[in-house]
Amino acid sequence: MKLLYFAWVRERIGKTEEDIDPPEGVATVGDLIGWLAGRGEEYAHAFENPKIIRAAIDRAHVKADAAIGGAREVAFFPPMTGG
Amino acid sequence: MAATISLQAGPFDAGAEVTKLTRGRTDIGAVVTFTGICRGDENGAPIAALTLEHYPVMAEGEIARHVEEAQRRWSLLGTTIIHRYGRIAPGEDIVLVVTASSHRHDAFASAEFLMDYLKTRAPFWKHIEQAGGGTWVAAKSTDDAAADRWAQQGGTS
Repeated sequence: MKLLYFAWVRERIGKTEEDIDPPEGVATVGDLIGWLAGRGEEYAHAFENPKIIRAAIDRAHVKADAAIGGAREVAFFPPMTGG
Repeated sequence: MAATISLQAGPFDAGAEVTKLTRGRTDIGAVVTFTGICRGDENGAPIAALTLEHYPVMAEGEIARHVEEAQRRWSLLGTTIIHRYGRIAPGEDIVLVVTASSHRHDAFASAEFLMDYLKTRAPFWKHIEQAGGGTWVAAKSTDDAAADRWAQQGGTS
């Protein structure tokens, strides 16, 4: 699946997007955040406070308990500050 | 009812957008426009510019979804939303919401609803350029509260 990162999540990880293949057992958005946080210092920094991270699956807002099975594009970003 | 939604790097002309909505129409009795403008300071410190980052396809989808919600909740005869991205200098426009209706109440209420949701649900992020470096604008709990009150009034968003 394709992961997209925005704003300071993108800056901390140092990438705008990447393709990943999460291991079995990573079933939800929350699981995915936990797994990503273990991939290195930059990911640990980006996801140090998972409660404030927002996520979207295939361009729709989701909560941490949303299943990622079948997702093509998962995005992680801070709370939005548009308008 | 047709809505115009544009995400663009360049500036817009709020007056021209109102004219586009109302020209030749005699059913519209009220137009509300909201323009969000880049301030020259943030928390008392001068800023050089804002840079707006966005998630393009999702931003269009979220805005369209909330326009549809506004059209269900109020009697609207026209809606225009323009949101800029990229670097924006102090004094320049950032966002435009125009709502047209037969009477003022629906135009006022829907414009405020749309702005409250743009602030909290549309995937845009403001980065501030200041002397000494850059920072990301922090989300405000008052903006979340402003959006939440519409849900309490019986919305689906």
